Amino acid sequence: MKVALFIPCYVDQFYPQVGMATVKLLEHFGVEHEFPKAQTCCGQPMANSGCMPEAKPLAMKYVDVFKGYDYIVAPSGSCVSMVRNHYETFFTDEDKAANDVRNRTYELSEFLVNVLNVREIKGRFASNVGIHQSCHGLRELRLGPSSEVMKTRPSMMTDLLAGLEGISFSKLQRTDECCGFGGTFAVAEEAVSCMMGEDRVNDHLSAGTEVLTAGDMSCLMHLEGIIRRQKHNIRVMHFAEILAEALETPVAV
Amino acid sequence: MSHPTLAQKFVDNKPRAQWHDKALWFVREKRDRMAASVPEWEDLRSHASAIKIHTMSQLPTYLEKFEANAKTLGVHVHWAADGDEHNRIVHEILKKHDVKKVVKSKSMLTEECHLNPFLEKNGYEVVDTDLGERIVQLREETPSHIVLPAIHIRKEEVGECFHEHLGTEKGVSDPKYLTEAARGHLRERFCTADAGITGVNFAIAETGGFVVCTNEGNADLGVSLPKLHIACMGIEKLIPRASDLAVFLRLLARSATGQPITTYSSHFHGPREGSELHMILVDNGRSGILAKPEFRRSLGCIRCGACMNTCPVYRRSGGHSYESTVPGPIGSILTPLQTPEKHASLPFACTLCGSCTDVCPVKIDLHHQLLAMRGFLDRKKLLGMSKKLSMKFLSGLLSSTWMFTTAGTAARTALRWMPRFAVYNPLNGWGKQRELPEPPMQSFRDQYAEHKKNSRGPS
Amino acid sequence: MTQTTREKVLANLRAALPESSPLPDLPVTGPWQTFEDPFARFCEVLEAVGGVCHRVKTRDEAHQHLLGIDEWQNAAVRISEVDGIGDSTVDITTIEDPHDLENVDYAVLHGHFGVAENGAIWVTDDTLKHRVLYFIPQRLVIVMPTVIVDNMHEAYGRIKVGQHAFAGFISGPSKTADIEQSLVIGAHGARALTVFAVDEF
Repeated sequence: MKVALFIPCYVDQFYPQVGMATVKLLEHFGVEHEFPKAQTCCGQPMANSGCMPEAKPLAMKYVDVFKGYDYIVAPSGSCVSMVRNHYETFFTDEDKAANDVRNRTYELSEFLVNVLNVREIKGRFASNVGIHQSCHGLRELRLGPSSEVMKTRPSMMTDLLAGLEGISFSKLQRTDECCGFGGTFAVAEEAVSCMMGEDRVNDHLSAGTEVLTAGDMSCLMHLEGIIRRQKHNIRVMHFAEILAEALETPVAV
Repeated sequence: MSHPTLAQKFVDNKPRAQWHDKALWFVREKRDRMAASVPEWEDLRSHASAIKIHTMSQLPTYLEKFEANAKTLGVHVHWAADGDEHNRIVHEILKKHDVKKVVKSKSMLTEECHLNPFLEKNGYEVVDTDLGERIVQLREETPSHIVLPAIHIRKEEVGECFHEHLGTEKGVSDPKYLTEAARGHLRERFCTADAGITGVNFAIAETGGFVVCTNEGNADLGVSLPKLHIACMGIEKLIPRASDLAVFLRLLARSATGQPITTYSSHFHGPREGSELHMILVDNGRSGILAKPEFRRSLGCIRCGACMNTCPVYRRSGGHSYESTVPGPIGSILTPLQTPEKHASLPFACTLCGSCTDVCPVKIDLHHQLLAMRGFLDRKKLLGMSKKLSMKFLSGLLSSTWMFTTAGTAARTALRWMPRFAVYNPLNGWGKQRELPEPPMQSFRDQYAEHKKNSRGPS
Repeated sequence: MTQTTREKVLANLRAALPESSPLPDLPVTGPWQTFEDPFARFCEVLEAVGGVCHRVKTRDEAHQHLLGIDEWQNAAVRISEVDGIGDSTVDITTIEDPHDLENVDYAVLHGHFGVAENGAIWVTDDTLKHRVLYFIPQRLVIVMPTVIVDNMHEAYGRIKVGQHAFAGFISGPSKTADIEQSLVIGAHGARALTVFAVDEF
């Protein structure tokens, strides 16, 4: 299978370790990968601001850059949700080639679980992990159960982590409340954004979280920003980083 | 003022904002417990959604059917194109019946039409009889939540208000004591009222009747004593059949307050003997929303307030920060469709988290409509110059790979070298309460290129 | 002739909608929630919302029960619209104006059946002279046959909606949580609700 890496714009520039962890994971499962260098951004910041005309060129660029691959994999629920769910603004049913690229775009955990059929990853990660369920991954891609909906669903990220030796999960007061990032919201509604983030951080602090993780670096960037400003002792890692680190940590005999 | 400005004020009183947030989260949790106790909950939501979509697609026909059936029962049916016409009609009816004193139960529609100030200006005494609404009325405020009007008010403040207006003991804030005082005060109003005005939770096309749901019994007392009942309704409140009530009554109170049903679910079909029943069917922009396929489903709203209870932004900014009769997620769609200039900030008072969509009993795709509202405002050129320009700039930058990578490298380098005071200053909205990410030496694409070069594995 | 508002609104609505599409079918089918012991569930919910529920064999048993309630005995003004249960301290047939019922302390009224899922009772205005009696007394007793349906769908299956100017579901005494979400029983309607389910109604 020919797999392309789709790395969110700000991850490419500010969180390269998340991309490298993704690479490590794919290589562990023997997946051949490429990084089409022409990629930049899925257009979400523009689209979420209501600026569809400004987002369109990026959508066109995306389907052009990623055509021809069997799968396009991104360590980001929100970018994948943009491509799969919200590019419909730019493409009709007749744009078969473009829609094919959209349908082949996967978030990392769903790619591992649903395409590679990974059920367990053997490694060691002895920490109390706090799961943050990023909203787009949760309610747009249904990567896990949302507390509002009376329907059980597996949480793919949690299931992948659960098999790691030594890991435990902290019990939160609110399992899937939004972190408050919300794109430009983080600055335009700074007061509410930071109160939301602070509430998440406090929930994790009370629950004894040692490592805070999620499937979207945008959430983690915002939460880590608060954690570091308030000088709390919580390590913030994308779940790909946890899995990659665990793979390198031998299981205790 | 815009939502961000008012929200900032709300959050500035952090303990109060936290109290407000917790109070509403508690209601959301009650809703969850109720929903979990109904095995077919998600099916009920699907049914409710289908019934409303069906009804909206045939709304004119159902309205005609409703009107004909209501008239057969002896109901006087009036039509109002907008809030002003609605108010005039109410005035005409009250005048004809020589009314001086009116009691009113909760009706967001009458709030939307600003009925109270209009009636007061025309010399009527209007008493809101829902306890929460009476509290805000005495405090000369507007409700901050469509179901829990006084959720933003602390019991000590209610105590002060009642001490001033009802003569309760100073400094006493026990809810039971205060409610008892309100009971006596409002009972006197029920007994001396000349007319009762109610809203309509559901109107039944098949029968020409309607249902009013309350916990307090104030709507029923308000219309069972005076000889005149005026029921005010948005035209979208119609459902086709009486049997459909089963679906909606199972969903409404569970979603709104986490109870299996409201204490009273009163079905009115025609006037009480010796009295008159008038209904006013109000458009006020609803036909305009019906004409917009992207937003049509928002007409399915049954005004339960669940979206407000679950919205992390609403909980931390309060209903008044929306400056809208209906606040929160649904209000941020409906109101800017009516008054886009005034309310352009509302669809942006949202992180698109989607929680509202998942609690909505009629499965309105609220967060998708909020996103669509942003595009709607852009097409109306209401996004604001700086936002539009920065998006144009960003789009241009990101359309070119080399511009993007160059800008990225420049940003990382600058952040590594700039002194802290240059980075974290009042111009940096992000940096007020958060650190920026640590700028890495290399971007991912640089590291990947190296990795590919070094690896002996497959290309 | 200028268009009336009615014509205008209907015209706007028709213009707003796409050309006639086939009327989507509205199948609203279950399965709906049922309970192993509907009566027990009914009582459980009614009690959870502040009501009291008693099952008795005969009307007389209910009457005897009432005699044992202090608030009923001491009530200055009592009305009963149910033969054999309670009594009336005023002759309801002489009361023309519902306002005259303001001081009723205790009323014993009819219900038709209960709904297990939510502790609600269906009441109609043909069982009494003034419907305000369901709301204005300080304390309410509703007497119904021991008939409980599982859920609201079954309830609406039993009712012919539209036959009464007033009918409704009542579930528990009146209440409010409008002051800091603190639940207070007894808002404007009854402060207390006792339900008698009579097997031999």
